[in-house]
Amino acid sequence: MSDTAAGPIAAWRAANLRRATLSLIGGALLLVSFSADVATGPAMLPISAVLRSLTGLGADPMLDAIVYNLRLPIALMAVVVGATLGVSGAIMQTILNNPLASSYTLGISAGAGFGAALAILVGGALPLPENWAIPLAAFVFAGVACAIVGSVGRMRGATPELLVLAGIACLFLFQALLSLLQFLASPEALQQIVFWLFGSLLRASMGKAAIVAGVLAVALPLLLKDAWRLTALKLGDERARALGVHVNRLRLRAFVIVSLLTGAAVAFVGTIGFVGLVAPHIARMTVGEDQRHMLPASAVFGALLLSLASLASKLIMPGTVFPIGIITALIGVPFFGWLVLTTGRVQ
Amino acid sequence: MILQAHNVSVRYGSRVAVSNVDLEARPGEVLALLGANGSGKTSLMRALAALQAHSGTIVWDSGRPPPGSIGYMPQDNGARAALTAFEVVLLGRMRTLGLRVGAADLAAAKAAMDEIGISDLAARHIGELSGGQRQMVLIAQVLAGNPRALLLDEPTSALDIAHQLHVLDLLRTATRQRGLTTIAILHDLNAAARFADRVALMTMGRLAGIGAPADILQPVTLEPTFDVHVAVDLGSDGHPVVLPLRARRL
Repeated sequence: MSDTAAGPIAAWRAANLRRATLSLIGGALLLVSFSADVATGPAMLPISAVLRSLTGLGADPMLDAIVYNLRLPIALMAVVVGATLGVSGAIMQTILNNPLASSYTLGISAGAGFGAALAILVGGALPLPENWAIPLAAFVFAGVACAIVGSVGRMRGATPELLVLAGIACLFLFQALLSLLQFLASPEALQQIVFWLFGSLLRASMGKAAIVAGVLAVALPLLLKDAWRLTALKLGDERARALGVHVNRLRLRAFVIVSLLTGAAVAFVGTIGFVGLVAPHIARMTVGEDQRHMLPASAVFGALLLSLASLASKLIMPGTVFPIGIITALIGVPFFGWLVLTTGRVQ
Repeated sequence: MILQAHNVSVRYGSRVAVSNVDLEARPGEVLALLGANGSGKTSLMRALAALQAHSGTIVWDSGRPPPGSIGYMPQDNGARAALTAFEVVLLGRMRTLGLRVGAADLAAAKAAMDEIGISDLAARHIGELSGGQRQMVLIAQVLAGNPRALLLDEPTSALDIAHQLHVLDLLRTATRQRGLTTIAILHDLNAAARFADRVALMTMGRLAGIGAPADILQPVTLEPTFDVHVAVDLGSDGHPVVLPLRARRL
């Protein structure tokens, strides 16, 4: 007997159970990847020892020091930033009705890059230590980019096309400003700017990971509250309006939340591409576009992708940690191509 | 709900899409909105659904329609989404849906699919369905919301003859039994003659005539509206039958 023959409600409940199971499998894979990420480094640690240390059952101070001071902040940062980029990518693709939408499309990453470069250039003149001044400036300018795009949206009805066009304009503006800063920068500052733009987890700390996790913990429930309205957007603006959705208000509200998410993520780790693009596609193919399932799944798969990338960045050339932005792009491009060519279901 | 529209106009910049339309519709009645392409039917319907800025007054019963009381079905835009037909129908219950979906919402979605006869499509993705199947899913979505008025923009344009008859009969029965106020934009004049209690004919944004199908579907009104020569006969069931002969300008 087919699912539908058992009745639409039973079939739908079975599909929901299947989706939840697939997300849980993704979560289990994330745990494995996370543990391997913590275990991997110049000193390879046995997974069992890592698990003992993480659960507080270990009694090796040296091991605990490596795990808690060096490995855990980076591994946790990969998970929370990956989850954040996954959720923000999913929402952007939904509200812009564009499968290629991401923080790049709207110029948010470019804004953050310009902010970071500015902080690097004027570094000593700021009242904050550089360690915090750069992410703060990146976050502020990610916000400026969002404000520009959002203002245009507010003025002219917040249609997806308009937001994408405003985002592209914003992207070119901040790229031009960034190029100007790079042109003016000293060789040392230029090197630092370029390194930031690669994206890196090496400056992670537990405090920074907690900030990103906190932003995600606030944003995700707010987005889930709008889950059905966001799902309705997938049927087109007119039909969503017919269903009673205030489309422009919803789009701007989701845009502001996602901008904060993206700003928080890129501020600490730099521009990391493809996670925000690929994770929602994997989630969509796995659990469909009911946003109640798709948003958590995008978080899980985004976290998994960045955790795997973090692991790969340490394994490619032993003793060297590759900038993670390069890894995600190198893995992401062929992976995305494979997804498109083999499934044909990428919307 | 009783609809009373008075002196309704819709403008897009300097272009007037709907001009000074007066319209009334009553519960239990089906009104078919007819007219050539670009005659302002969709703009008028969007205004009636409170989705289009307009001048003039539109009153449902004694004021604004309560939230969820109008089931508006726009033309199918072919949007693709990784959503099953059941989920699309469930969206018709938007106002009561929460993170946990209640039994009443599930039952209403199932009942609407059963009513249209598309329960076998429930688990299929909307993007995999034919145009006609999609249209029936979207009609079920509108019915699932238990509206008091139906505004349907070309609800049967992609359906074959059998499904067209089935869906139009079903909508007419629902209109009678539930006391709905139903307005449907149709291009099939003969379907309108069979299905509607009254028809309204629009020409260049104006209402060219409104009344019983037998009174309005006449060569004298249809020929200038559609720019076509027609012959009108009376069918065996008493409804007018319109036979297009040739375009007037060719």
